[in-house]
Amino acid sequence: MSYTFDYKQLDSLEQVLQEGLIDLGVHCVVLIDMSGNIIVNLDNGKMKHDVYSLAALAAGNFGAVSTMAKIIGEDEFSLLFHKGKTENIHFSKILNDFLLVTIFGKEVSLGFLRLKVAEAVEKIKSILESTTGT
Amino acid sequence: MAFVNLKKKEVQVKIVYYGPGRGGKTTNLEYIYKQFNHRIQTEMIAIKTHGDRTLFFDFLPFEMGQIKGYDIKIQLYTVPGQVKYNATRKLVLRGVDGVVFVADSMEVRREKNTDSLKNLQDNLIAYKKNIDTLPIVLQYNKRDLAEQGVPLLPVEVLEEDLNKELQAPSFSASAVQGTNVAETMKKIILMVMVSLQQELK
Repeated sequence: MSYTFDYKQLDSLEQVLQEGLIDLGVHCVVLIDMSGNIIVNLDNGKMKHDVYSLAALAAGNFGAVSTMAKIIGEDEFSLLFHKGKTENIHFSKILNDFLLVTIFGKEVSLGFLRLKVAEAVEKIKSILESTTGT
Repeated sequence: MAFVNLKKKEVQVKIVYYGPGRGGKTTNLEYIYKQFNHRIQTEMIAIKTHGDRTLFFDFLPFEMGQIKGYDIKIQLYTVPGQVKYNATRKLVLRGVDGVVFVADSMEVRREKNTDSLKNLQDNLIAYKKNIDTLPIVLQYNKRDLAEQGVPLLPVEVLEEDLNKELQAPSFSASAVQGTNVAETMKKIILMVMVSLQQELK
């Protein structure tokens, strides 16, 4: 079994992520599914991350955190964020099956990022909901 | 569930190596990593315990080349075999396209094999997948131990225990020596690709 998105959907997703996050100073965005597949990845041209490994780990990590939330009686944790010395990583669940991974530096504040991610997520939701499953 | 990227002409496929603890799942991936490094552009990811056992999973992305103009990216995963790690094992199975079941040929591990296969079946049901229809290959690992006098289960017994109902392709193997490791991988990739082929037309 597989699923896909058409060109128009992929172009729309890229546009949302480019204009909504990368153009504002975010270093790298990776939209993945919960299996660890990469749907779209964009960066500012300076990043050389191993995005396939990142996607596998992000999906696993998110799954683990969600299970922990359920064990303590939460549906899910609203903020998933790791802070580094120069790079930070933020995760945002989209619908049931997708995850937006955002990597950003010191020049972008967490509050501003969360606001912009939330805006992008709303737009992405409407694009993803028209998934072509086979 | 495989993702087909029409724009990048790329297919991402997830294959999971499953089986009882200390059965040789990680050793399979380590051998593939060593042997096919020209097709692997990154480091193998391994999340291990301090005791060097798989804690969460191993991950190895593998470039298979092109089929019908699509770049095929195979994502190889292992699960932790230890019984207590079922929660993480289940997470790794999410979206799986094909399974290699690595059975331990040692006589003393007979029950562990059947328990693990049953566990695979149960965990697949949680994702609404059926072990009878999902591409699966069985690998009877550690056949090399016979040379050292370790009592091994005859292949016929392993077939009877694990493959009587599945009727899946199976290989006698030695992950440590590399015997039939590549053949196992090629077979599961082929089976997954055949199941996807109709959709790529």
